Amino acid sequence: MATIPANEGFDAHDHAHDHDHDHKPAFFARWFMSTNHKDIGTLYLIFAIFAGIIGGAVSGMMRAELAHPGIQYLGYFAELLGTATPTFDQQLHLWNVLITAHGLIMVFFMVMPAIIGGFGNWFVPLMIGAPDMAFPRMNNVSFWLTFVGFLSLMFSAFMPGGTGQGAGTGWTVYAPLSTSGSVGPAVDFAIFSLHLSGAGTILGAINFITTILNMRAPGMTLHKMPLFVWSVLVTAFLLLLALPVLAAAITMLLTDRNFGTTFFDPAGGGDPVLYQHLFWFFGHPEVYIMILPGFGIISQIISTFSKKPVFGYLGMAYAMVAIGVVGFIVWAHHMYTTGLDVNTKMYFTAATMVIAVPTGIKIFSWIATMWGGSIEFKSPMIWAIGFIFLFTVGGVTGVVLANGGVDDNLHDTYYVVAHFHYVLSLGAVTSLFAGFFYWFPKMSGRMHSEFLSHLQFVIFFIGVNLIFFPMHFLGVQGMPRRYPDYAVAYSYWNEIASYGYVVMAGSMVIFFVNIAYAFLAGKKAEGNYWGEGATTLEWTLSSPPPFHQFETLPVIDDAAHAH
Amino acid sequence: MAASVVPNVQKNRKVGMLAAGGALAMLGLGYASVPLYQLFCQVTGYGGTTQRADAAAAAGVKVAGKSVTIRFDANVARDMPWQFKPMQVKQDVRVGQRQMARYEARNLSDQTVTGTAIFNVSPEQAGKYFNKIQCFCFTEQTLQPGQQIPMPVIYYVDPAILDDPSAKNIEEITLSYTFNETHESVAARQRKPVSQPMEKPLDPAQTRR
Repeated sequence: MATIPANEGFDAHDHAHDHDHDHKPAFFARWFMSTNHKDIGTLYLIFAIFAGIIGGAVSGMMRAELAHPGIQYLGYFAELLGTATPTFDQQLHLWNVLITAHGLIMVFFMVMPAIIGGFGNWFVPLMIGAPDMAFPRMNNVSFWLTFVGFLSLMFSAFMPGGTGQGAGTGWTVYAPLSTSGSVGPAVDFAIFSLHLSGAGTILGAINFITTILNMRAPGMTLHKMPLFVWSVLVTAFLLLLALPVLAAAITMLLTDRNFGTTFFDPAGGGDPVLYQHLFWFFGHPEVYIMILPGFGIISQIISTFSKKPVFGYLGMAYAMVAIGVVGFIVWAHHMYTTGLDVNTKMYFTAATMVIAVPTGIKIFSWIATMWGGSIEFKSPMIWAIGFIFLFTVGGVTGVVLANGGVDDNLHDTYYVVAHFHYVLSLGAVTSLFAGFFYWFPKMSGRMHSEFLSHLQFVIFFIGVNLIFFPMHFLGVQGMPRRYPDYAVAYSYWNEIASYGYVVMAGSMVIFFVNIAYAFLAGKKAEGNYWGEGATTLEWTLSSPPPFHQFETLPVIDDAAHAH
Repeated sequence: MAASVVPNVQKNRKVGMLAAGGALAMLGLGYASVPLYQLFCQVTGYGGTTQRADAAAAAGVKVAGKSVTIRFDANVARDMPWQFKPMQVKQDVRVGQRQMARYEARNLSDQTVTGTAIFNVSPEQAGKYFNKIQCFCFTEQTLQPGQQIPMPVIYYVDPAILDDPSAKNIEEITLSYTFNETHESVAARQRKPVSQPMEKPLDPAQTRR
């Protein structure tokens, strides 16, 4: 392919009827002007891995600081980031910058790009038998908006942000800390970063919705779509309805900061609590946005390696729809301590607990799929089973926190940190690894090492549980979130959590060794390397699939089709 | 068998535009939530938002036997050169009875300063039943340099509070005001800087505007 001249390569997209499958554009045109859903998916995955390294490094800095009570490393980190002889306040400000960066990067630039942009772009068209996304150029715009958004967030770390450098507002960007509390362009840059990546993600959501509704292969009705496609469809609708509300809220923040409006400033008749309502109206669906595609991936994997169709397919699909719908009417459970009256709390407690029902349907259906199946413990299956366990732990603590009365005690403690890391850092990320090992050979054409993947799972599993399980204890004992220092009584479990981080980081080294191994020495992957259980359309193609696939659309036959 | 590979552009555009319309509608809803939220607070007394009543309506209110204690709280925004305080610590009033409380404000600077007071009551469930007939917080207040004026508020507690299970046991309501300088006043003072007798603002964030 290196022999194709650039000008000819650039034309390749217009020759959709060309039967030369390997007719790829030259390097620059292929990767920077890409309109091919698989290339854009690859870009998203590389981007997400890169952002994940940065976000993970930030959490390493935090775990180092939290290993012992007192302030040990913040001054050193602040100097590294360019503040000569930081004052104590500047050191503490850096802590706020770190928690903000970790949250924003992991949510907007790691999990979402990987699970929606990466796997969604790669496999939604393949699974529904479409030649590409509905709007390939818009797809390109989505990716580069996300990329520039990430740069904007990185820049913000080197801008004045009030007390010190960088935006120290938390990922929630609550007013008034983010308005009158943070002078300087850092917070503007962070908000702009959210605008850019949000716009990119909304465009991506429009693209997914159109692709899934319009471009399914003949015979593939909505009720025959693979569950991963269902999960991306529901996620796209959540994005479409939730992200614009965030865009509105943070635009109001921007005008409050720079143009004298008072949406969230009581001095002019505004109310900071309104910001919290708007943020969490977005923020709660956002957590389902991060986990639903993971549900889809897990469904595919469990079915593949149990060599059975998923138990209760329709129930699984509509459980995701139900989670999406109910996810929009529970937002104030993040705000139990803002002075809601008892009836409001009762409603939000009950509505939140209702979500445990469709989630339970999913957990039990996965287990029922495995029941009586001919199970093969290949690496994706191991990760998927790990997901079910870890996500269930996070789900159980979620039901605890759903109680308005209990939350009065646990609000803003490490119990909450433990809860949402079990569902996200352990749940969503585990599903990402499961999906990665499930599809990596399909995407790259090379088999990874099953041994290294198993080894990574064992070490990762031990590491993340060491980090986050003790946080339940710390939270119940009353250790508050978002502080770099703590009472000596909390030091035992904090030290263990920090050791856990080292273990987890070791598992990441194995991950990268595994990728290197696959590219250097991995076996060539067949079209369907998982064998009989893998029944969706991507397995009918070569690994990697041709640059343009399904030039003759596959027709879904009723009798032969299995989910 | 072989269906066309060319996607149906027309159909895609239609669905795409519909989806984009949905996103724009949600953006609009985000902004619409600002007046809606204000309306919601006023109607439900959410966050301790008090009610406004005219004298005619207040005249027809029956006074109940039960008394509540009203406490008074006064605050001034950090960068505003006013002194502002209640003239009484508390008042015992019968539910439904009209009562006047007085605050007093003094301009400590040598410039004309205009401010508005924001207000709420605590506990928040009482907001729905706390009616003001007349209040200095209804309008902007301007004080000349060094001027001191009394600021009255006439209020009553709606007897309907006695029928609300979540509010009927309230025995003490705190009425709180915070004065903020208006943007126009801040701008006007900055245009003609006069030697400031007051200390420098504590927080650089407050001088941002």
